[in-house]
Amino acid sequence: MTQSSVDVPAKGGFSFDLCKRNNMLIEKGLKAPSFLKTGTTIVGLIFKDGVILGADTRATEGPIVADKNCEKIHYMAPNIYCCGAGTAADTEAVTDMVSSQLRLHRYQTGRDSRVITALTLLKKHLFSYQGHVSAALVLGGVDITGPHLHTIYPHGSTDTLPFATMGSGSLAAMSVFEAKYKEGLTRDEGIKLVAEAICSGIFNDLGSGSNVDICVITKGNKEYLRNYMEPNPRTYVSSKGYSFTKKTEILRTKITPLMERVEITEVGEAMEE
Amino acid sequence: MTFTIPIENGDSVKNAEADSQRTLYPYVTGTSIVAIKYKDGVLMASDMGGSYGSTLRYKNIERMKAIGKHSLLGASGEISDFQEILRYLDELVLNDSMWDDGNSLGPKEVHNYLTRVMYNRRNKFNPLWNTLVLGGVKNGETYLGMVSMIGVSFEDNHVATGFGNHLARPILRDEWHADLSFEDGVKLLEKCMRVLLYRDRSAINKLQIAKITEEGVTVSQPYSLKTFWEFKAFNNPTAGAEGSW
Repeated sequence: MTQSSVDVPAKGGFSFDLCKRNNMLIEKGLKAPSFLKTGTTIVGLIFKDGVILGADTRATEGPIVADKNCEKIHYMAPNIYCCGAGTAADTEAVTDMVSSQLRLHRYQTGRDSRVITALTLLKKHLFSYQGHVSAALVLGGVDITGPHLHTIYPHGSTDTLPFATMGSGSLAAMSVFEAKYKEGLTRDEGIKLVAEAICSGIFNDLGSGSNVDICVITKGNKEYLRNYMEPNPRTYVSSKGYSFTKKTEILRTKITPLMERVEITEVGEAMEE
Repeated sequence: MTFTIPIENGDSVKNAEADSQRTLYPYVTGTSIVAIKYKDGVLMASDMGGSYGSTLRYKNIERMKAIGKHSLLGASGEISDFQEILRYLDELVLNDSMWDDGNSLGPKEVHNYLTRVMYNRRNKFNPLWNTLVLGGVKNGETYLGMVSMIGVSFEDNHVATGFGNHLARPILRDEWHADLSFEDGVKLLEKCMRVLLYRDRSAINKLQIAKITEEGVTVSQPYSLKTFWEFKAFNNPTAGAEGSW
């Protein structure tokens, strides 16, 4: 019997098989396709009763704005939310994945999820991909041990901070936080400061823009304020709408349904479960 | 499928000698400068550090100097190139005063001269590795402008170089307004310099503030800013998150 060796791809982890071929193509002059990035401003801050997360809503593809009003604050658990900067697909996929893992864990333990659980799951995943999963996250939530705020970098390192910013607009937002943050902020002061920091990113960074999203998490309660502020409305909107100049004469009307209506009659027993 | 194949650009060995004749990278650098127009003139702030790569080599460098009677020049970037520019400007001011015609170079003229110098050096691929801030008052008119190492020049009500662009400019855009008093201007500059001190690794806590008005230039004595590190959250950051850092 002849022995055939079959190349089975490794289970899990990144497959680096195509890298040599990609490098050869780039040397030959082929331009790699650009991907959708969320050149972003995301911030988080801890106030008296919990955590406030904020994000802008612009998604860019190189120099073009691909999505004027995308959602960058992702749901992880009823008491935990996560803002994501970097490659949009990576942030979406990784937060979705950890969100389902947290749910299964909740069913298994019968307890509410803790923020460090989400933190450890995210950082383990990102580290194992050695920074190739380009997701920079601001994770915040309130659990049984209190309010928590963490930042997670694409290579898997984390920080625990009272106030944090990530994304291309992080310096503009951080300058607002460093100048104005105090301990023991009330809910309204906190929301105002977060909105100010995001606006600073929106107006001073080209990768961020459009509206401000805010999420306030306190013990036992969360408020997702989508489009809390819209500081970039459309300036000139025609009130007339579309109006065509010449009225076309209708000669004849005939309506043909595209799909026949199908009648389903229950015959016999229901399907086996 | 066809690809375009780029043609290679000659031998790197042959170009090595030519490379030693022009600036390729900076060595001793100064960090940001922040400047604003205020009621009586221009206020400029800079720290006194000169970094040699990642070492803080020099801690007593004055990066702001008076030029003639009406202008104040601040520079970030390569310190030796700044000293060279000061020599050029010295010669310029000297030649101007030798005319002895009662006229003296104003900030607009000095700014224009610097723009020409920087742009021409950049065209010869031998730049002066600086971003310069030029402020001044002449005949009641306040002027504040900036020139970069590639010759980009413009004037504005508030300017900043280097990291100041990212950290100080947002604050200035929000909080600057015309006719600031001297005290308010200094408070605003200190706010910006404090954020830079927290977030720029090459900044040091030893800064000078220079003021230029119709009367002339005054550069303050070096002093340090008060910083706050006592956030309770910094004391034991991972108290609630065992295993993290």
